[in-house]
Amino acid sequence: MSKDRVRVVVTGLGATTPLGGDVASSWSALLEGRSGIRALTEDWVDTVPVKFAGVVAVDPAEVLPRPEARRLDRSEQFALIAARQAWQDAGAPEVPAERLGVCVSSGIGGIGTTLSAYDTFKEKGWQRLSPFTVPMLMPNGPAAWVGLELGAMAGVHATVSACASGAEAIGYAMEMIRSGRADVVVAGGTEAAIHPLNMAAFAAARAMSTRNDEPERASRPWDRDRDGFVLGEGAGIVVLESYEHAVARGARIYAEAAGLGMSADSHHITQPEPEGRGVMMAMTQALTDAGLTGRDVVHVNAHATSTPAGDVIEAQAIQKSIGSHPLVTSTKSMTGHLLGGAGGIESVFTIKALAERVVPPTINVDDLDDGVEVDIVRAKPRELPQGQIAAVNNSFGFGGHNVAVAFTTV
Amino acid sequence: MALTEQEILAGLGKIINEITGISADEVTPEKSFVDDLDIDSLSMVEIAVAAQDEFGVEIPDDQLKNLKTVKDVVDFIQA
Repeated sequence: MSKDRVRVVVTGLGATTPLGGDVASSWSALLEGRSGIRALTEDWVDTVPVKFAGVVAVDPAEVLPRPEARRLDRSEQFALIAARQAWQDAGAPEVPAERLGVCVSSGIGGIGTTLSAYDTFKEKGWQRLSPFTVPMLMPNGPAAWVGLELGAMAGVHATVSACASGAEAIGYAMEMIRSGRADVVVAGGTEAAIHPLNMAAFAAARAMSTRNDEPERASRPWDRDRDGFVLGEGAGIVVLESYEHAVARGARIYAEAAGLGMSADSHHITQPEPEGRGVMMAMTQALTDAGLTGRDVVHVNAHATSTPAGDVIEAQAIQKSIGSHPLVTSTKSMTGHLLGGAGGIESVFTIKALAERVVPPTINVDDLDDGVEVDIVRAKPRELPQGQIAAVNNSFGFGGHNVAVAFTTV
Repeated sequence: MALTEQEILAGLGKIINEITGISADEVTPEKSFVDDLDIDSLSMVEIAVAAQDEFGVEIPDDQLKNLKTVKDVVDFIQA
């Protein structure tokens, strides 16, 4: 692991999720195996075939002052809330603006704003649009607001790769630090896509669970009766820092962001490649990049979204590229799928698992599907061994984007 | 019946508080939007549109940029 290059470590965590308004509450809910999925009560549910989702546990209106909230898209609100937590958690590092970067992504951007602004435009005319409509709908908006707040000048970026976006942002941030562009980068993913159009569009793609009579049981990765993903919302943000910078300021280090693997399936716009070649390539690259072998990896936070096609392919890819020994979980069974936010919160959860040496369960796996021969953590959390250990977070996206990030204890 | 200065000030205070979070008490005639209240040009557009609803007086963009203080807006609405 001691390659001749800048080491990147994680010094701060922040999140707002369907399970809690911060990392601590989300994490304890995961360990309890609690579902954050619930029936929706909005009027529009009658118009869509999916009537449940993972709504954030703490509404941003409870956290942000109204004048601030009204000029932010919901995805930007989540990102700012999680970024503030992460920054405080990191001890609000003193870093020159020129050495501070941001990379915060979303899969869809400010789609809630886009759609409601179009309604306003049609019904009331252009004069009634908020002058903040453009910064609210632009997909780089969350990154830009976080960058403004922290005064980051080393570069503010928003990588977009559908449901891999949040993980890709963390990967890009690692490279910003490795290449010497920045000492500290605030990175992660956010999404606020619970809107009838998105629900209808994903349902039209036959990607979503329609288990309307049992919302809490709907997200069931690797279970034989899984019937699609469950939409969630929220954000997960980490503070990444060069090891040297973190040590110099005496920062608490959660983990090392040690290896990055990225690939593309180049197979189909939405369907996973059946052999999992791209997925394996990403995981293998992450290990190689970190100087790890499969034996070193004790835990994988899988992408596993509860769709019929993807879950088993990923499990088999983990088995082939890492082995059948790691404790594998899908926290999406409890949070739902946060799309571009997934890589953010799941990186946070992977890092927490390493730091606390415990893996949260995958709930709702009543009948494990055929072909899943990795060690899925079911029903109860399981402990990780002492000593130097590694874990991998996987995130994949429509378009065939694959990102795997290897984290290690320090 | 024309609104009094006090009525307009109260209405403006409410609008500015809603949009910027600045206390309505601080919205006094001599205050400059930019220098004293730290209100940016995009927020001024929001305030102008809200004022149009509240007072029924349209503030065209080319006039808005000349309205530097709270009193300027009060006078514009009264005129």
